[in-house]
Order: sequence, then C-alpha cells, then structure tokens
Amino acid sequence: MKRLPTTLVLIAVAAAYLGATLLVDNAYHQLIFTLVLVWACFGLSWNMLSGYTGLVSFGHAAFFGLGAYACVLGQIHLGISPWLMIPLSAVLGAVAGLLVGLPTFRLRGHYFALSMLAYPLALLYVFEWLGLQEVTFPMMRENPARYMQFEEPRLYTLVAMALLLIFVQLTRYVERTRFGMALIAIKQNEAAAEAAGIDTLRWKLRAIALSGAIAGATGAFYAVVLLVVTPVSVFGMLVSAQALTVSMFGGVGTVWGPIIGAAILVPLGEILHAELGAAYPGIQGVILGIAIIAVILAAPEGVYWKVRDFLRRRGEGAGPAAPAARSTAAPTVTDGSAPAAAAPARDPDSDVAAAQPIPAQPCTGEVILDVRSVSRSFGGLKAVQNVSFQVRKGMILGIIGPNGAGKTTLFNLLNGFLKPDAGQILLNGVDMAGRKPHELCAAGVGRTFQIMRPFMRLTVAQNVKVGAYVKARSEAHADQLAADAIARVGLGDCADKVASVLTTRELRLMELARAVAGQPELLLLDETLAGLGHGEVDDVVSVIRSLSASGITIVIIEHTMQAMVKLVDEFVVLDHGEVLAVGDPQSITRDARVVEAYLGKKWSAKHA
Amino acid sequence: MTDLQIHLEAFLQALAAGVLVGGIYGLMCVGLAMIFGIMRVINFAQGDLMMLGMYVTYFFFVMFGANWLAGSALGAYLSILLMMPVMFAVGYAAHLMLISRVTGRRTASLEGEGHYAQLILTLGIALILQNGGMMVFGPQLLSLRTPLSSSAWEIGPLWGDFVSVFVNKGRGIAALISVIAIVALGLLVNRSRLGKSLRAAADNPVAAYYMGIDVNRAYRIAFALGTCITALAGGLLATNYPFHPFVGLEFVIIMYAGVVLGGIGSILGAFWGGMVIGLVQQLSALVLPTQLQNAAIFVFFLLLVTLRPQGMFGRSAERT
Repeated sequence: MKRLPTTLVLIAVAAAYLGATLLVDNAYHQLIFTLVLVWACFGLSWNMLSGYTGLVSFGHAAFFGLGAYACVLGQIHLGISPWLMIPLSAVLGAVAGLLVGLPTFRLRGHYFALSMLAYPLALLYVFEWLGLQEVTFPMMRENPARYMQFEEPRLYTLVAMALLLIFVQLTRYVERTRFGMALIAIKQNEAAAEAAGIDTLRWKLRAIALSGAIAGATGAFYAVVLLVVTPVSVFGMLVSAQALTVSMFGGVGTVWGPIIGAAILVPLGEILHAELGAAYPGIQGVILGIAIIAVILAAPEGVYWKVRDFLRRRGEGAGPAAPAARSTAAPTVTDGSAPAAAAPARDPDSDVAAAQPIPAQPCTGEVILDVRSVSRSFGGLKAVQNVSFQVRKGMILGIIGPNGAGKTTLFNLLNGFLKPDAGQILLNGVDMAGRKPHELCAAGVGRTFQIMRPFMRLTVAQNVKVGAYVKARSEAHADQLAADAIARVGLGDCADKVASVLTTRELRLMELARAVAGQPELLLLDETLAGLGHGEVDDVVSVIRSLSASGITIVIIEHTMQAMVKLVDEFVVLDHGEVLAVGDPQSITRDARVVEAYLGKKWSAKHA
Repeated sequence: MTDLQIHLEAFLQALAAGVLVGGIYGLMCVGLAMIFGIMRVINFAQGDLMMLGMYVTYFFFVMFGANWLAGSALGAYLSILLMMPVMFAVGYAAHLMLISRVTGRRTASLEGEGHYAQLILTLGIALILQNGGMMVFGPQLLSLRTPLSSSAWEIGPLWGDFVSVFVNKGRGIAALISVIAIVALGLLVNRSRLGKSLRAAADNPVAAYYMGIDVNRAYRIAFALGTCITALAGGLLATNYPFHPFVGLEFVIIMYAGVVLGGIGSILGAFWGGMVIGLVQQLSALVLPTQLQNAAIFVFFLLLVTLRPQGMFGRSAERT
C-alpha cells in the first residue's frame, strides 16, 4: 500500500520541479535550479555511507573532486564526452571509496570522521602541485550536445533530475533490503551486528563504494555545469561540509533528508549571495549561519524527522496504524508479557525437564566444539591460560567462575571477537581460532551478550531478522526464519514493538531469538539470566531448555548457581583464567577447590 | 662550507622552525583538546574562534599603538594578555547560549547522541564568524608587527665558522609562552578541584553527575578555557603570521589532526600531536616542494592513525 504512492509522489514532485524551471528566465536562477539537485545528489551520497552506518565522513569532497577532475581531464586529454565520463567517474569514485575505506574503517567514531578530512585536503594540495589550479572544458562548437554543452540551461536541470532520481531509487532499494538492514545494524551496534553474522567490513565497503560512485558522478556533472574546475571548488573543506549540512539539516538516515536540506539551503544561500553579497560582502554567510543555527536548535534531528514526528503526533488515533500501535505499546507491556510468559511453560518437554533436579543421562554425542589449550593475555594479565574442554552435541555446558575468572574473554575467543595467542578452537573438526565473528556465526555459532546489545531503534521482528540473514536465501525467507525464532522464544506478541520499550526479560529473549534466527548449532549465552527477577529466570530457563531439546547445543556462562545446577549437563569451572575443574553438577558443587574459589578458604575450611 | 654542512644547517634550521611552529600548533591543539576531549563535541568553529582572538588582540594592539606603547613588543604581549579574558567570556557565552542546547543530558535521546546537531551548529557558528569577520574587519591581511617579528637570535656557529641556526625572536617567545601556558594548564587540570571535576565530567559524565559534580558547568568552563587557550595560540601566531577573516579554516584541520594524533582525551597528547605536525610540516620542506608541505601532513597523519588507531597517547578499551 505504501510503495506505490511514494514513487508517484516522487514523479509528481520531479515533474512539478521541472515545470517550475520553465517559469524562470534568468540564467542565474536557472543555475540555482540545477545546483539544488546537484547538492541533493551529493547529500544522498553522504547519506548512503554516513546516514545509514553512522560513520560520519568529513571527506566526501575526495570522491566529488576526483569525479570532477576525471571528467574535465578526460575531455581535454582523451576527448571523451562527459556523457561517458560521468559513469566512468562513478566507477572511479567507487574504487576511491574502496581504497579509502579499507584502511580507514579500522577507525571508529570521531577518529574515523576526522581521518576522512585528510583525504580531500591531501588531494587538494597534490592537484595544486600538479598545476591544475584552473582547468576549463574546451568549447565544442561542432557538436555541443554530444559534449553536454547545452545552449538551453534547463537541459542541465533535466540531466541533474535524472541523476537525482537514479540515486533516490538506489537509496530506496538499499533502505528496504538486507543491505540497508546491515548498515542500520552496524550503526546501532557494530559488535552485535558482527555476532549476528553480518560481515560488517564488507557491507561498509559496499556502502562507501556506492557512496563514492554517487559522489564521483555528481562531481563530474558539477564540473560540466560550472565549466571550470579548481582544487578548492571541488576538494575544499566547504564542499565536504555542504554534503554534511544539507543532509543533517534535512534529516539523516532517510532519502528525503538531503533533498529537503538542499531545497532549502542552496537557494537561500545563493539568493542571499546575489541580493546582498555585492553590497555587504559576507552578510549572506551570516544570515545563512543564523538560519542554520535557528533551525537546528528547533529541530536537532533534522527537518524531516521533526516534521514526521509532528505529523504522527497529530495524526495519532485516526492516523496510520503503525505509529499509533507503537506509541500505545509501551504502557501495555505488562499485559503483553503474560501470554508470552505462558507460552514456553506450555511446552511439555520443558516442564518434565524442569521437574528433574539433575539430568537423567549425561550426553554422549559427538564432539561439536573442542577447545585445546587456548590462551590469551592482555599485556601482563593472563585472562585465559591453557584452557581446554569439549562440548558434545546436544548438551548444555555451564561455565562458572568468580568475577574476573575470564569467562567473557573465553566467549570472545570462541566467537571471534578476540584472537587467541595460542591454542586451537575446533568446531566440528575445523580450527576456527582467530576467525571473525560473522564467519563463526555463519559456521553455526550464535551468541548473546552479558551487556545486552539490542538494535534499540528497530522492532523485535527487525532485530531478529538481522540475525536471520546469515542463513536466509531471500528477504521472505529471512522474515520467515525471524518469525520462527520469535515464536520459539515466545515473544510472538511483541514482534512489532520497538526494542527500546521492552523489559529486561523481553530483551534477553529477543537476543536469544536473534541468535536462534541464524540457525546455530552451538549457542553461546553470556549471563543470559543476569538482571532477571525470580519468575523471569524460570521463563528464560525453560526457553533455553526447549532450545536445547530442539537440538541446539548450548554453552552458558552464569552466576546463579541454583538455576545452573538444574539446567546444565556439565560444568567447566574457571578461576584466574585457568580451568579449575570439569564435571557434572553434583561433583562440582562438592569439589572443595570450587567452593574455595567461590567462597574463600575460611568458609571451605569451616564447612569441610 | 661543505655540502654536508649545508645540508646539516638546512636540517637544523628546519628542525628549529618545526619546534617553534609546533609549539604554537601544540597550544592550539591543547585548546581544542579541552573541548573535544572533555565534551566530545566536534567544534568546527574552533579555528574561527581563534581568528576572533587574533582580531581582538589586534584591536588592543592598535589601541596601545595610539598611546605610549606604540610599536613596542610589550604592547603585543599585553594585548594578548588582555584578549584572553575576553575570549574566555566569548567561549562561556557561546556554550551557555548555543552549545549547551545540543550537548549533555538533553541530547541522549537524539540520533548519534546529538553529534549531528552539534556539527551543524558549530558549522553555523563558523559561517557567522567568518563572514561576520569579513563584514566587520574587511578582507585585508593584518599582522601584529613588533620589533621582535623581524629579528632573530643566532645559535652557533656550531661547526667551525659555519652551521648557524637562526631563531626568530617573535616565534621563540611565542613557543616559550606556549610551553608555560601548557604547564600552567596541566597544573590546573591535575591539581585543582576544578580540574578534577573537568576530568570526572570527561571520563563519565553520568557518574560525575551522580557524584554531585555540576557537569554542565564543567563543560561550560572547559569550552571557555579551550576557546581562551586556542585564542592565546592565535594571538601568539599573529605576531609573525598575517591573518584574515578566513584564517581559521587553515588551522582548524591542523588542530584536529594534532588532537587525533595525540589521542582523543589526552591534553598532553594534543600538545605533542601539534608538535609532530609542526615538525612534519617544516621538515618535509627539505625533501618536498613547498606546495606539498601540507599534503605531507595529511599523508603522515593518515599513516600514523591507521597504524595506531588510538593515537600516540590514547588508550583503547572496548568491552563486549
């Protein structure tokens, strides 16, 4: 119901815009019409990388400038028409994106943002040094249209509009496929995305390549419109800032943001410049600055999001169903949790299992995970030393130990967040030590986190869907795997809630579902019961039990001994990074060394 | 003079220039580190606040010029001293009226913790300062000419009768004042109660808030101090570097490069970051054409940051 109107609206707006250009005779105003579209395209390029992944780039002028110079130099030296050079510049931009992304994606947050600054500025000085201070397109009197040299300025607007529509469709395609989901997951929580099977580096590289391609093509076209290219006009800091400004002003992470931003800021700046620039040089910048500050104080998240939230609030009740349901979801959390809690309890298997204090028979299946002498230190601290144990198919293995024993570090080694200094981690006989988390996820290792890492702005269904992509063949298949996983943990009636309104119990279950959606053979649960109340612990334990019953092998870290003794088949006890004891729950709880490690020497001496 | 001596002299001269320029860059970076390191706000207007500091210094300098201090070196340094409280007040007011609205606790709910809004806001401030500066001060180049700007100390000759290093007196004094200012700031941050509240607010604003520290006030003072220190660097630079309303653009990038090199959050690191940039810039002139001096800075910056992502003095800690 929603897709078609958006496309229609898009076409109508584009047609109206082109119609409006017919009403303008002044060549300068016609140029403004084109420039609005150019900067909207550039804003979309920035938005593709920074808007969706949250990695703010201050250096998009690098791609823009390379495209611009490629276009003008291509025509001068090789006689290639801009019609061909614009797509070639897109390719060049994509390659530049990959070359920039490969080293720079090692950095995070502010470091990434500021390092991106260096690329266009280094290029700026290099191009000046090469003597390309001012390069002009040669006039083609013979066949001007073949070289995109139009008498009629409105034709430039038409070409710009065609480019913009292509980029808008690209962005919308990304938004609604796993590409966009991967980027949004990276933005919300990169570690969780990686653990959910998303190859974060690959998706980020794709995003920067696509972003660079759009910027390259836009830069090439911009050069054609202005006829002259200078290092400052295409590599300058103000060019990068322009991409940022239009996108952030309009709203980040949506296809409409850069378009709205460009449509407001570009004409405002240009008209102020034309009307007042000659009389009071500088006043246009001051007024533009004041306007930007005023709007951003009123709408810090950007014009699009502000307007959308305002409309939704007004339209609540009578308005579209989705936002209304979302906002009323919060108060009914307690109502919603009752049936969800009941669901797993109904499972007869789990009831039987819960009644037994100790599992009847120890598992004797084949070894699925074989950890051999794994060690890892941080500086002088030996967090995990020489740890070996085996996990057999279908069992629930509990890893216990006092705080700082190295439990979470061990998990990070098992699912690839950390690389072991020594030792092997054999998964079904293959050594996986040092592989990346998404590879381990694809190989069948799911994981939840001690400190929960939900994608707060996504719904439960979307959160879980992110985890399903690793095994999904198509969008529909991913939806189905996600729905199955949600049903398995009994969160069916929360599926459309946004993660940020969930209770701790629901979040824990959602993380479980996200891990389960990737169809893991082996599930690593890091303190899944932490922060839960008494009744809630039983809920989650019975879900874990039913997952185990359905054939998933489980390794769980936990502090709550009571719950663990009933749940697990075997314990591995860690202390000071070493394996203290391995054995079934009964023998472990009686082991003097274990008691000592947990409760101290005095206590164990007194109760010996 | 042998070839070796010529090269040695050129090298020592570049080294001296690098240390002197690096000292001022270091001070600028420290000013930014106060803001960026403590508040984690990317302030694009930092260079333009420095530009404002240069013009305020110039204003005092001209005022003295009409009186008994005309043309003397003392007038320039007195002007810089008088400029500092003015710029502290400017920074304080900018935070109070503008920056505080998009930082701190009220932005926690925003996308990206309000970083987008902060970026745009400071870009807006930068636009106003640059263009407002253009309207008020005009586009012409100015500088604070003192007798020291055009005289130098000679160190040497170091090798027989040759190999002397000349140190511009204006720059020498500027570098000296930079070091004094950084030592004073270091004492303030590490020893005083105010410094403790600044460090606490930087480390964990929420915990600091619960411990009864007025985090917003700490941020405000950090912003004002940062503005004031960068402006001090600007004032010192103005004694031997001509400036104009858009001069901030040239330096804001150097400042960020220095802060990132030093490691975000480390104030002393920022000084060394700035110093390294000064050295790279001046020493690269020995082997590269002058147009590529600045390109060398950025290439060096990218290399170092990719090899050591947390900067020279930063620590990386991430928990899963």
